[in-house]
Amino acid sequence: MSTFAAPTAFDETALVAAAKAGDSGAFSELIRHYDRRVFRMAKQITQNDDDAEDVLQETFLKAYTHLDDFQGNSKFYTWVVRIAVNEALMKLRKRRSDRTVPLDDPIDTGEDEVVREIAVWDQNPEDTYSREELGTILDEAVQSLKPAYRTVFILRDIEELSIEETAETLNLSISAVKSRLLRARLQLREKLTRLFKNKGDDAFAYL
Amino acid sequence: MLTCKQFLQELDEYLEKSLDPAEYAELHKHVSECPNCFVVCDTTEKTVRVFKGMDCKPVPDDIRARLMDAVEKKMREKSGREDPPGAPTS
Repeated sequence: MSTFAAPTAFDETALVAAAKAGDSGAFSELIRHYDRRVFRMAKQITQNDDDAEDVLQETFLKAYTHLDDFQGNSKFYTWVVRIAVNEALMKLRKRRSDRTVPLDDPIDTGEDEVVREIAVWDQNPEDTYSREELGTILDEAVQSLKPAYRTVFILRDIEELSIEETAETLNLSISAVKSRLLRARLQLREKLTRLFKNKGDDAFAYL
Repeated sequence: MLTCKQFLQELDEYLEKSLDPAEYAELHKHVSECPNCFVVCDTTEKTVRVFKGMDCKPVPDDIRARLMDAVEKKMREKSGREDPPGAPTS
């Protein structure tokens, strides 16, 4: 009888230590655990499947090559996300290099924070849709954001980096991250309100 | 007395509960008394929640296979540099 516990929980710290010590199986395990999130993020930013695949490969190849540089000051996944977002933004810049629309400097029309849709939602509006329908709705909502807002929202609210980590990753000030995050959240809220509002409720009851 | 615009500017901090108690109380008072801000606050919180809970589909098999091929190739290169000639590769 083995006295060791059954290998159940995913232990990121142990896998990273093993991978650093040369255990290629441990690195493969890290890839299998995180590849879907990196791929999703790459698709959300580049909006292109081929670019997203390139980003996925480049991210894990760079992570493997530079594994010794990872000092454990953040979670391993946060470190990987930062590599991935930079790869994705490079792809986006390259693809749009001959266009004039800036990626990082949203044109401030002063209208982004106007709240137009005010209607209560069901308690759990997401339950009225299948997982697949909901996935499509959320993907389309994120895609509709301007790139500068989209990237901040993805890092902060989907990948759950802190405000500080998001700012550092995108080379933005804390206040710029906060203002873009607010606009992204309000715009998404507005889009989802059209679908999630409580149908039995008068949309203008609160006005 | 806070205006709705001032409340919105502090919405993220309010949702994160990352304010000092006096500031939080002031925002909480506004949201308790202003039906519009209550709805915006509640639905923004739900917006963030549904995105955090969204499914993440697996990487398609062919894409994952190409990823693993590329990484294993890199691993062999690294191992080839570190191992003495003739050393087993596995």
